[in-house]
Amino acid sequence: MALEDIYKEVILDHYKNPRNKRELPGAELSCSRNNPLCGDEITVFVHQEDGRVADIAFQGSGCSISQSSASMMTEAVKGRTLGEALELAASFRGMMAGEVEPDEDAFGDLIALKGVVKYPIRIKCAVLAWDVLQEALEGAGEAASRSPHGA
Amino acid sequence: MSVTRERPAALDVARIRQDFPILSRTVEGKPLVYLDSAATSQKPRQVLACLQEFYERHNANVHRGIYLLSEEATELYEGARAKVAAFLGAPDPSCIVFTRGTTESINLVAYAWGRKFLREGDEILLTEMEHHSNIVPWQLAARATGARLRYVPLTDDGLLDLSDLGSLLTERTRLFAVTGMSNALGTLNPVRALADAAHAVGALLLVDGAQLVPHHPVDVVALDCDFLAFSGHKMLGPTASGGLYARRELLEAMDPFLGGGEMILEVFPDRSTYKEPPYKFEAGTMNIAQEVGLGAAVDYLTGLGMENVRAHEEELTAYALERLVEAGARIIGPTDVSVRGGEISFWYRDIHPHDLATVLNEEGVAIRAGHHCAQLVMRRFGVPATARASLYVYNTREEVDALVAALERARAVFGV
Repeated sequence: MALEDIYKEVILDHYKNPRNKRELPGAELSCSRNNPLCGDEITVFVHQEDGRVADIAFQGSGCSISQSSASMMTEAVKGRTLGEALELAASFRGMMAGEVEPDEDAFGDLIALKGVVKYPIRIKCAVLAWDVLQEALEGAGEAASRSPHGA
Repeated sequence: MSVTRERPAALDVARIRQDFPILSRTVEGKPLVYLDSAATSQKPRQVLACLQEFYERHNANVHRGIYLLSEEATELYEGARAKVAAFLGAPDPSCIVFTRGTTESINLVAYAWGRKFLREGDEILLTEMEHHSNIVPWQLAARATGARLRYVPLTDDGLLDLSDLGSLLTERTRLFAVTGMSNALGTLNPVRALADAAHAVGALLLVDGAQLVPHHPVDVVALDCDFLAFSGHKMLGPTASGGLYARRELLEAMDPFLGGGEMILEVFPDRSTYKEPPYKFEAGTMNIAQEVGLGAAVDYLTGLGMENVRAHEEELTAYALERLVEAGARIIGPTDVSVRGGEISFWYRDIHPHDLATVLNEEGVAIRAGHHCAQLVMRRFGVPATARASLYVYNTREEVDALVAALERARAVFGV
């Protein structure tokens, strides 16, 4: 193993200069989680408009892998439909399980996290932000599916 | 606890290292530098050979077979109990209950003593430096009995802040449960003084000895503790070995913990009678080979001399603290080696401990990164996690140097 497999320049760049790391006032969807093993914390805020991720931001603290993954995630899902965002979350998780060969166009910078697969204990760090996103978006789905039947 | 000032002859670490086969393996093509003995220690050949010999020659269940192997196994198992008792200065082997380790021992007390004797309004005093295994069992006992938990706070140096002990330790306190040596801060607590303070208000003192017993001479009579929990796997012994020391009259008064075979005298449809301690607390087939192996570990440590073990670690800890601070690390915990052990928690130049541990692994250096099952400590010091290097009898100055060199590599990778 080489450290370069995991600590790629793009990862360190997102870690040191995280994108969309801010509060998102008025976000309809948000979710927080921490990784009890290492204390990493991520909160994801989503502002949705017409079923799309109109804006997304995150807050949190933790290791370079968890924080860079969150930063890259916000860039990757912004503008996508909620369904597409969930699909991307599933393929990201597939990549981290070593089961899905990533689509470079869809993944963008996220490809850089592929090297983490070689460090099983760190996979949880990479996936944390995606778990939080999924929970936030599924909250939206549940709210939508509940509404036809009334409150 | 007072720390000896005269320095006994240092350990012959080069010779000791030859007893630990695992220390000659490589990691990522580099010699293993094992700095995680606070999590679990490595095992010397003597312990490994003891396990092998037990299974090859003496394996049988104890206390029941009317045949030679069972007699031999029983003799070895009870022999290990006697060795552990002598090692801890316990007045009698029957004061030692074998368990899977510290966690099980504390749960045993919280259940078998706590459920029986705690009442609503009673208080259990803990400290903010406790391992989760000395917090959660008391939360469960408190919930079951209506007792209340209180906590001794910490100073910024990572010592117990005893300035307000008088208002925390009162006639309502039934038990004061405290670590002898913090796994997250390294702090060595003044156990005897705490025992005196507890006893002055009629409370019992339980010592979490998971780190203290492997690294410091312990005499339960001199410490005047009522309970002492310890883990064999952190003191050169096999995993799942360990035990609980308790004063005999406490063991007699307590209810059983696990019910089952071996712990009973007679069983009727609606009730049973129990054996005398310690057997009352040893239900089912125990970790026989492991406890016998623990006996071998105790022999090994006794051969080294616990005063020498402590002196070696005190000297090496001083060296490690100096090198780490020099390299730019922030130590979380006391820096005075007379009041601390070799569990060294630190932050290095804002590199997250998990990132640090990953880089260090590439250099063959094994450290722990995380909250060390001490989230109250992490919160107290405002960190989500720490990196922790922990030292033992087989560690050397050269390994501390390797740690510091690996930190430099991390610094380069992260450009800090």
